Amino acid sequence: MSRRSIAALSALCAGVAALTVSVSFADPVDEALEIDGVEMITRAPAPEGHPFDEVLSGWLFREAETRATQADSFENPGMLSVERGADVWETVDGTMGKSCASCHDDAAETMKGVGARFPKWDADSGKPINVELQIDKCRVENMGAEAYKFDDPDQVALTAYIKHQSLGTPVKLDLSEGEMQSWWEKGKQSYYTRTGQLNLACASCHEASMGKYIRADHLSQGQANGFPTYRFNTAGMVSLHNRFRGCVRDTRAEMPKAFSDELMALEVYVTWRGTGLSVETPAVRQ
Amino acid sequence: MALNRRHVLALAAGAAVVPALQMLPGRAMAAPEEASKLISDFAGGKEVQSGKITLTAPEIAENGNTVPISVEVESAMEGDDMVAQVLILADGNPSPDVATFNFTALSGSAAATTRMRLAKTQNVIAVAKMADGSVYMDKKEVKVTIGGCGG
Amino acid sequence: MSAAPKPRVKIPKKAKAGEVVVLKTLISHEMESGQRKDKDGKPIPRKIINKFSCEFNGQPVFSCDIDPAISANPYFEFSAKVNESGTFKLTWVDDDGSVYTDEQKIEVA
Repeated sequence: MSRRSIAALSALCAGVAALTVSVSFADPVDEALEIDGVEMITRAPAPEGHPFDEVLSGWLFREAETRATQADSFENPGMLSVERGADVWETVDGTMGKSCASCHDDAAETMKGVGARFPKWDADSGKPINVELQIDKCRVENMGAEAYKFDDPDQVALTAYIKHQSLGTPVKLDLSEGEMQSWWEKGKQSYYTRTGQLNLACASCHEASMGKYIRADHLSQGQANGFPTYRFNTAGMVSLHNRFRGCVRDTRAEMPKAFSDELMALEVYVTWRGTGLSVETPAVRQ
Repeated sequence: MALNRRHVLALAAGAAVVPALQMLPGRAMAAPEEASKLISDFAGGKEVQSGKITLTAPEIAENGNTVPISVEVESAMEGDDMVAQVLILADGNPSPDVATFNFTALSGSAAATTRMRLAKTQNVIAVAKMADGSVYMDKKEVKVTIGGCGG
Repeated sequence: MSAAPKPRVKIPKKAKAGEVVVLKTLISHEMESGQRKDKDGKPIPRKIINKFSCEFNGQPVFSCDIDPAISANPYFEFSAKVNESGTFKLTWVDDDGSVYTDEQKIEVA
């Protein structure tokens, strides 16, 4: 590394350290989120063994304008992706001449509640499976179509559409299936392991510093219940693994591959940390 | 993005640089003077008054990429009492032009809402031109913060 | 989102004569400002929706001349005074000349 970039890096580290030390804390708002008449659970008692007493949605940590954008399902730009997902659902793809709808009919009925229970155990692969990978599995095995490339806009749209059918449903995983428990353990270990040149773990921000500010971002609990999420930052939809990778990149560590064992384990654990919160997909965040 | 000293200084100083509006090299950021000139051009020699128009913008923008703004002009929107246009400017963006709303008698009310990009903390300016040529202005400072990280 | 821009429009289906209704419109579009650079440092060319307009039964209601400072997935909320039943037509014009439209009827009693 050149001297100049070492200097720059030290300045950044000092900056981050200074900013995390000069603490300002703000309570998340005390407000209810209702979307299209459906009351969202944004606060819930934490499950057994959770470090917090209460699990909180990231929605509570955002500014009023951001919160308002999510509360209106028309104004929510994430719904553009959900609509695209609805189109993909009906589109025939692959050698077998089928669409999602061919087998799964009306998603509003068949996918209701489904998004709240992923990731699940997949006996075929011997690993946890999330919505994105389940879509790929269906495409390859039942449609004769190709698996999506990670973060293909259609993958994100379809995942958002499917999860949106569970809007309001509390997140609840079944950790007794297969080896989910041991993957939960691996995910937990990752969550608390510091990585990167900035030596930060997920817990550094989302547990130890929850409620504090990192620069001007109000740190939430880092929940997964709103993904794929519409982020103002990128003015687009962000998938969960994209977000994981982004956070790891920002600790200046090498990013794990999307859907790698490491990130699948992390997804199991992080999803569990939000047990009881409503699925908010597509959430709106900064 | 690659970390370079300019980025670090910008970050450390708390200045926000929204990627969509990052400067091209060698081009100065728009000065409020450029915005002032656009306002006087729009006003066409008429005095720019305060009143009648209200600009609503957040005090702090959570992210400079998407800042909701609204304008409303007191007007019956019929007969002689009509709003022709509302010009929206941002005096600290690379280019101050944001949008021009064009109203008609069928608008019913001279009110509109949109979402805009702000490259840094600056003033958002709304200037209404009435059908009789008179001009009114409102201005709000919006603080643009830089986020933490991720994604 | 890189599929064809898709409009999304919310307009009441019914109104009373003389009522002022609120229209909300969104269209998926990246609104590439022309200020960003790619990984090699080359400027990414501007490509935005530069005009949005609304007509009712062929008459102009509201329009917006749009600059790159309008956010991605441009959102416009405005009003219209309806005196008779008819059709709203929304039009978005892209820098590249593409035109996107959407229509919605309203019943006015």
